[in-house]
Amino acid sequence: MFAPAPFLLKDASVSQVMIQVCVALIPGIAAYASLVGPAILVQLVIATLAALAAEAVMLTLRGKSLALFLTDGSAIVTAWLIALTFPPLAPWWLVVTGTVFAVVVAKHLYGGLGQNPFNPAMVAFAVCIVAFPALMSQWPSVGLQLGLIDQMNIILGWAPRVDALSGATPLDAMKTALKLGEGSFDVATLLANQDIYGNFAGRGWEWVAGGYLLGGLWLWHRQLITWHVPLAFVGSLSLISGALWLYNPAQFASPLFHLLSGGAMLGAFFIATDPVSGCTTPRGKLIFGAGCGLLAYIIRVFGGYPDGVAFAVLLMNLSAPVIDLLTQPPVFGMKDKA
Amino acid sequence: MLMNLFKFKGGVKPPSNKLQSNHLPIAQAPMPSRLVVPLHQSIGGTPRPIVQAGDHVLKGQMIGQADGWISAAVHAPTSGTVLEVAMHVRPHPSGLDSLCVVIEPDGKDEWITRTPIDHKATAPADVFHHLQQCGIVGLGGAGFPAHGKLTPSTGVPMDELIINGAECEPFITCDDLLMRERADEVVRGIAVFRDLLQPKKVLIGIEDNKPEAIAAMRAAVDAQKEPFSVVAVPTLYPAGGAKQLIRVLTGKEVPGSMRSTADMGVQVFNVGTAYSAWRAIAHGEPLISRILTITGNVHAPRNYEVLIGTPMDELLALALPHPDTDGILMGGPMMGFLVPNPQVPVVKTTNCLIAHADRLFPPKAPEMPCIRCGACARACPHELQPFEMYWFARAKNFGKTQEYNIFDCIECGCCSFVCPSRIPLVQYFRFAKSEIWAREREKNAADQAKTRFEFKQYREEREKADKAEKLAKAAAAQAAKKAAEAAAAAAETGVAEAVAAPADAAIATVNPEKEAKRATIEAAMARAKAQREAVQPKNVDNLTPEQQQAAAEIEARRVAAHLIAPEPVAPDSEKSE
Repeated sequence: MFAPAPFLLKDASVSQVMIQVCVALIPGIAAYASLVGPAILVQLVIATLAALAAEAVMLTLRGKSLALFLTDGSAIVTAWLIALTFPPLAPWWLVVTGTVFAVVVAKHLYGGLGQNPFNPAMVAFAVCIVAFPALMSQWPSVGLQLGLIDQMNIILGWAPRVDALSGATPLDAMKTALKLGEGSFDVATLLANQDIYGNFAGRGWEWVAGGYLLGGLWLWHRQLITWHVPLAFVGSLSLISGALWLYNPAQFASPLFHLLSGGAMLGAFFIATDPVSGCTTPRGKLIFGAGCGLLAYIIRVFGGYPDGVAFAVLLMNLSAPVIDLLTQPPVFGMKDKA
Repeated sequence: MLMNLFKFKGGVKPPSNKLQSNHLPIAQAPMPSRLVVPLHQSIGGTPRPIVQAGDHVLKGQMIGQADGWISAAVHAPTSGTVLEVAMHVRPHPSGLDSLCVVIEPDGKDEWITRTPIDHKATAPADVFHHLQQCGIVGLGGAGFPAHGKLTPSTGVPMDELIINGAECEPFITCDDLLMRERADEVVRGIAVFRDLLQPKKVLIGIEDNKPEAIAAMRAAVDAQKEPFSVVAVPTLYPAGGAKQLIRVLTGKEVPGSMRSTADMGVQVFNVGTAYSAWRAIAHGEPLISRILTITGNVHAPRNYEVLIGTPMDELLALALPHPDTDGILMGGPMMGFLVPNPQVPVVKTTNCLIAHADRLFPPKAPEMPCIRCGACARACPHELQPFEMYWFARAKNFGKTQEYNIFDCIECGCCSFVCPSRIPLVQYFRFAKSEIWAREREKNAADQAKTRFEFKQYREEREKADKAEKLAKAAAAQAAKKAAEAAAAAAETGVAEAVAAPADAAIATVNPEKEAKRATIEAAMARAKAQREAVQPKNVDNLTPEQQQAAAEIEARRVAAHLIAPEPVAPDSEKSE
């Protein structure tokens, strides 16, 4: 009988970690569903099925145990993040394409669980927004109240995708208005007069962001993530947006607008905190999070894409190994010598 | 007594499982049918056996003599007959044999004459010798000979003497019970250590899950009016690790590369060591028994005082193991190991026997890939990055594991404990360490072989040269004899010699270095000449006296003309003749 110490193990497993991440997403999903209707739940199901199917095929091809790896929950987390970042009325095949690409290329071709240098969900987002920019920019207009059947018909392609059904995200709308208006609009007027804005950011989107924040704090409380990445992300996004907002409040939205818009909260707590593709040292995590927040701001405000979180995370994924290498913490007893 | 405690990073809180075994007093284990006493029970040299099969030994009689300074004697745990001195499996994960003295008890338990000493009236060197002769080693785990740690470090003043009663491993309660029941003698032992080391402070660290032990130790310290601080430290595995306890009590962090904590003015002893040292000093009793916890998958877990050398299966039977017991764990569940077979004996460092069963320690779930969650890094008390070391150990990139400070790893098991992918991280680190050691040994062996080869070559060259020189000398002597004969024949050569010799002497006194060089050149020339001599033309050998005389005359003239040392046959003259 060969068994090495320790003989006692904590009750922990990869699937437990992944399940808790999914649980932490629920408040955000609930707020999202109340904002855009049941479409998001349909997308979650589509993405999950696609991810599991792709995962099963890849595991079989790679000769890995289905029982062990299909149940680890990692594919489900990827699927959910994709469903939550794609437009809720996106056609089913777009979500499936993104998900399959994430699982097959971004995850398994790099070696599967734990080996992917890039966050698979963000790879899916980047690939689809580059390949299908129009479809990836169609968000349901606020106040559009469609039932489950109507939404499913649109997602499954059984109903025409009329332009009236979709609009820009509040973040995108703000950028477009400020750019096109060339100074004739200011942030305060837009927020006060347009229907898609709530108190600080997009109407209803504030609540979705709040839901992610809540779930993220729970993850932190459960010690599944540390405070470094979210705090640095939120901090750097607030700093840069705050600085420009103070400089010109008419042309730059407030930090609160940026924190509660787009993928900021989801990115800060659920995406940039992905341990596989992110940094692992405490200082590295701070740099990683701060880089994500800063790049996300630059891309969403000055770039051509509606939001910048996906590209920011991918760029930081690229830098993570070298950041880790340069930020190795001193070991016990070597602090004054480091 | 309030004092400011420090924290170490990381650590885990496994279920302590101590309540099973700490509610009953220490019991005396019955005399076993036979005792198998391994000679190598401590760090350092293996004691030499000084008994043989058939000898009658008394309880406490030395059977193994310390081999070197870092080594401690081994004694007969009871009186009886030595059955054999032979190789037996020792309680070590390797399962390797080691030399053991097997004793059949005679049941009389008859002591040798014990000689207590008064450590205050004895020179420290003699106290160290006494402790070494009594086989006192660290009972906390490593088994380092106690006298080696009591010798004050040169240059660094001793700030703190720390007594480790933390006992952080789950299941183990032997130190707890020792402190509860024998606090008085533990404190007296600590006082001996204090007298030898002269520290500024004495701190006794006990995890706060042992309130009875803390109370007993405080009472004993007060009763003896010693200025020792009994400190309750937070229960957090591995608070009982020497470096962790030092950190908690003093704030000092001893680097992994530092061999001895004494270099930072701290020394740590286990409470059991203090107790044994006191028994050795005050009663002259060598270390022949210890307290050990028998627990785990058993009906009646309890602490026993057992003789060193008692086979483990006989002890486990005392605690009535459940039928599904499938092995014996020596030590705690975090750092212990399954013994190679149940008959292996208890040694000085055996603090706990745990009956193993899957019910208690479920078999590990299959290993998953690392997801770099960093739980291991957060749990590591030495602030290492276990997942990085794992990555490199797995890739057999051992140089990188060293860059990530693998040798700072104390193998406490915290990383494996928390890993959600159930990776046996400590195993990987042990593997990497042993590979690095093996490679180092191989490299050393290769270096040695190279040195040996080079020396052999050098020796052969030297022998060759020596031989040639000897030959040359012999030839030169012979030639000189010939020349002398020739010179005697020619009367006028005397002048030449008289001129040449002082000139040589002058050179020698002016420059000894040049002289040495000249000697070498001469030797070389002599060698060359010897070789030539072997092929010397025969025409010089069979000369008529007239011819010889003529030749000698020529030579003598040449010598006189060139002011060189008289040589009977000059190189160029050979051909000319």
